Amino acid sequence: MLERTGVPTPEQLALCLPGPERARRGAVAVFECFEKIPCDPCYEACSQGAVLPFTDINDLPQVDHDRCNGCGNCVQHCPGLAIFVVDCTWAPGKALLKLPYELLPLPEAGEALSCYDREGKRVGEGTTVRVVRGRPFLGTPVVWVELELDRCGQVRHVRPREGGAGDGAAG
Amino acid sequence: MTRVEVAVVGAGPAGLCAAVAAAGQGARVLVLDDAHHPGGQLTKQTHKFFGSRRQRAGTRGIELAGVLAGEAREQGVEFWPASTALGYYPADGVLTVDRGGRFLKVRPDALVIATGASERMLAFPGNDLPGVYGAGAVQTLMNVYGVRPGRRVLMVGAGNIGLIVSYQLVQAGVEVAAVVEAAPRIGGYAVHASKLRRLGVPILVSHSVKAAYGSPAVEMASIWQLDERWEGVAGSERRLSCDAIGLAVGLSPLTDLLWQAGCAMRYVAELGGHVPVRDEVGETSVPGVYVAGDAGGVEEASSAMATGRLAGLGASRRLGYAAGYEEAVEETRADLAALRQGPTAGKIRRGLQLLREGAG
Repeated sequence: MLERTGVPTPEQLALCLPGPERARRGAVAVFECFEKIPCDPCYEACSQGAVLPFTDINDLPQVDHDRCNGCGNCVQHCPGLAIFVVDCTWAPGKALLKLPYELLPLPEAGEALSCYDREGKRVGEGTTVRVVRGRPFLGTPVVWVELELDRCGQVRHVRPREGGAGDGAAG
Repeated sequence: MTRVEVAVVGAGPAGLCAAVAAAGQGARVLVLDDAHHPGGQLTKQTHKFFGSRRQRAGTRGIELAGVLAGEAREQGVEFWPASTALGYYPADGVLTVDRGGRFLKVRPDALVIATGASERMLAFPGNDLPGVYGAGAVQTLMNVYGVRPGRRVLMVGAGNIGLIVSYQLVQAGVEVAAVVEAAPRIGGYAVHASKLRRLGVPILVSHSVKAAYGSPAVEMASIWQLDERWEGVAGSERRLSCDAIGLAVGLSPLTDLLWQAGCAMRYVAELGGHVPVRDEVGETSVPGVYVAGDAGGVEEASSAMATGRLAGLGASRRLGYAAGYEEAVEETRADLAALRQGPTAGKIRRGLQLLREGAG
């Protein structure tokens, strides 16, 4: 399906999720990387040793979720923009999502966001917590989004909300 | 007549890596390119590269162009911008060049041809209307010159170029009406497709453009579904309003100079068309003439850098600069083999096999 639609299947997604126990302990990276391509910057980016060494550069990354501290360094280094950090313990009823964001204008802290799923369908609202900009122009900014807890497995993109607080110029 | 030890035609990733490798071995190297700046296609690539640290994964193409050009400068490589190679005459060993309107002759002891590839065209009614672009032209307009090619674009082809350029169109504030792909599956990397889908861009496999309409330029496109024999299904037509159409339907190696130099060529569909027969470091059937990068078969930039390095090592060794040659070649060949090992490189492996066996 992925090769026909560009959207991973629920079965594929189930493979990359941390176990429920690990999810209850806070922020953790989710690697939505399902195709063997020659690529390994996530290994270099992880200072926790959570991305296990590659034997073949085409291997899918193997992640030890217990070693991952959810820092999100891999999010800004993944050339495929395929890594997200999910924190289900952020606040009562709320989750925090750290997602790669390469559009302008960048949202600002406190800015209202519309949230979109893997097919680009609008599935709720969120708030920008902070934006990690990375290297000017060359890095991948990472946007921290607070959103409803039950949406954190679904939302993979955001845009400043139309008419929302701090809404910038139209793209 | 300019005398150099190694001349490199093309300052893209392959040419620059060939130049850096040859100069690093001690050779006096000249690189020429018809563009005004070194980098080739890298100069318009704003996305991050895959690969490993040695191929500078995670670096954006545009940044990589500067890094490689800087390394070449540090190694004392001479660069001629706005210089087009016109022909190579093995009997005299002369490369003729149009340098900004002046006709010059260069005599290199070894020549690396790293001319890259060119975009393919697609036949459909209306494909000559203004607003129908090669996807590479769309990328050049946006990322090099800061010009939006249209307001609403239809992209034809879901290989990596079609997917990446569509994503960059959205980044530039252009709406992408759809990406249509004739094959029953997306040809490019899944991560590129997923990025695009999140932004709300539809990708339609087994679909192609049927016709473009408008006067005096593109105003609308008709797309339709293709059956398992890749023929249009009558009645499946849909009209999309768009003012530009990007064609990302593949690349062909740019081999004019190789043909003209008399290199033995072979048709290998898997490599994009006619490519020169060559040895493990890229030396063609014409002694002292090497091929590197997409001119030898369409692949990724990371592979182009590796084949460039091999050609640079080979060319300099020919001149007697052989220090550490075996180790450097072995290391680069291992990198290249790793890059070509995955399932997405199956076509390349098949093509190279056919080229070696002479069955292509």
